[in-house]
Amino acid sequence: MKLITAIIKPFKLEEVRSNLTDIGLQGMTVTEVKGYGRQKGHTEIYRGAEYAVSFLPKIKLEVVVATSQVDKAVEAIVKAAKTGQIGDGKIFVSSIEHTLRIRTGEADDAAL
Amino acid sequence: MKLGLLSRIAGVLGSAAALSLMTAGAAFAAAPTPDKGDTAFMIICSVLVLMMTVPGLALFYGGLVRTKNMLSMCTQVFSTLCLVAVLWVTYGYSMAFTNGGALNDFVGGFGKVLLAGVDSTSVAATFSNGVYIPEYVYIVFQMTFACITPALILGAVAERMKFSAVLVFMALWATLVYFPIAHMVWYWGGPDAFGNAAKAVAEASGDAKVQAQAALDAVLLDAGKAFQWGALDFAGGTVVHINAGIAGLVGSLILGKRVGFGKEQMPPHSLTMTMIGAALLWVGWFGFNVGSNLEANAFAGQVTINTFIATAAAGISWLFVEWIVKGKPSLLGLVSGVVAGLVAITPACGFVGVTGAIVLGFAVSPICFTFCSGVKHALGYDDSLDVFGIHCIGGIFGALMTGILVDPALGGTGIPDYISKPGELTVGAYDMVTQLTTQAKAVGLTLAWSGGVTAVLFLLISLVIGLRPITDKEREGLDITDHGERAYNF
Repeated sequence: MKLITAIIKPFKLEEVRSNLTDIGLQGMTVTEVKGYGRQKGHTEIYRGAEYAVSFLPKIKLEVVVATSQVDKAVEAIVKAAKTGQIGDGKIFVSSIEHTLRIRTGEADDAAL
Repeated sequence: MKLGLLSRIAGVLGSAAALSLMTAGAAFAAAPTPDKGDTAFMIICSVLVLMMTVPGLALFYGGLVRTKNMLSMCTQVFSTLCLVAVLWVTYGYSMAFTNGGALNDFVGGFGKVLLAGVDSTSVAATFSNGVYIPEYVYIVFQMTFACITPALILGAVAERMKFSAVLVFMALWATLVYFPIAHMVWYWGGPDAFGNAAKAVAEASGDAKVQAQAALDAVLLDAGKAFQWGALDFAGGTVVHINAGIAGLVGSLILGKRVGFGKEQMPPHSLTMTMIGAALLWVGWFGFNVGSNLEANAFAGQVTINTFIATAAAGISWLFVEWIVKGKPSLLGLVSGVVAGLVAITPACGFVGVTGAIVLGFAVSPICFTFCSGVKHALGYDDSLDVFGIHCIGGIFGALMTGILVDPALGGTGIPDYISKPGELTVGAYDMVTQLTTQAKAVGLTLAWSGGVTAVLFLLISLVIGLRPITDKEREGLDITDHGERAYNF
């Protein structure tokens, strides 16, 4: 099992969700986060007081998939989230040791 | 109410009863009877000015502070309003609008403490000979001005003044600054007092003329100092805006900067609320400016259009200046321009023509913009919500320009003269240098009085109860530490 953590632009969430559902994934978790990479932030001006806003709003999407599905899932996310502009985000993939569905007690791949 | 019922019965019973009522009416003719339209108009104007303070000013300022100080801002504005309203009826009206004897140049007396001698039949003079409004209505109208002026100061000391210190300061400032300044600028005997005294001089001869002249001089002196000078301030440029603006600057300097000022970001928490507040201020300002005409006559129309067009011009002016200088036209810039325009037209709204109003509006925004975005940052003082930059600077500009744009040659109304033709309002002699000097004197008087007394009050309060919460409390936000509640529980 692998955990895919994707940082994406907020307005791309629905497309990403739709693509992941299409390849058969049944659940995911999203968090509203703030961060920056090469895009950096922007400047806000209030009556001449300039504020450099470094942290921009992003969506952090987390989904655990069977190892065999990782490539397909990553591809689905990239396809939806890519605009070609700086600030599209990043995807991290890491290993998961164990999964348990609380209601039924099913474990690992059966619990995904 | 009783009379209304009687006239309805009269309508049913026919002419005999109506006739007896008319005789009763004739007996009252000696005392001036306020016009129903004027009375209704002034009551509506009064509550419009109330709306400027709550919710207008509270939301305008509230949106500009951080989330953690939203309720503190609203509570400070709202409670200042309530506090000053009570003071006004208790002794404020008396201090502002009665003769102060030996001190009359600067402050009124205590003859009308708790509105002694005033009842529903008492009347107050307007700017037209023979036209009066109920004194209660005049008191309420002026009360709304007394309430909003101290509340304006709160923007300069926002997010860092203890609530207890705010209340003590407001009570003292209203008493020692607002009531006297209102007296100096606005207290006078009224057009009929001027007209009757002048008529007596014209009709008298010999020794009687000397006496009548002395009586006229006494009537002319029965006014505040700035009024005696001939300073023009239709709706409160000096009394309200310069007065509050300089107090805000002095207060913010003595209070010091907010914790984290210049290091932490302090963006407005809701410009939507600020926009709502600014819009309510604009609507309410028609009560403020047009109501200052004191009667619903044709001239009120001129005041209305001036108030409208100067404000619109100032809004668009700020928008474009900001677009050019900073690269983007912002909503905050637009509504700041609107408020600056309202401030600038306030002293001028009853003295300038429409072209003058447009000029005033377009010109005030670049000046205030420079102060808010340039001068303030260069000097490093923390006038949190730009009370000085908009109200004081805009007010000074408006007051001085009133002295120029009142010129009939520039489309202005000219200076009112109640003396030359007693019983009539005529246009007096105008000299630009003289009038501009007079305006500058009134501005200087207000700056010195308000600035000086405010400094003393802040230092005194600082020594006795302290001005600021401890740093940790300020960081946590005054909503929780002063009031024990939060603006938003999502």
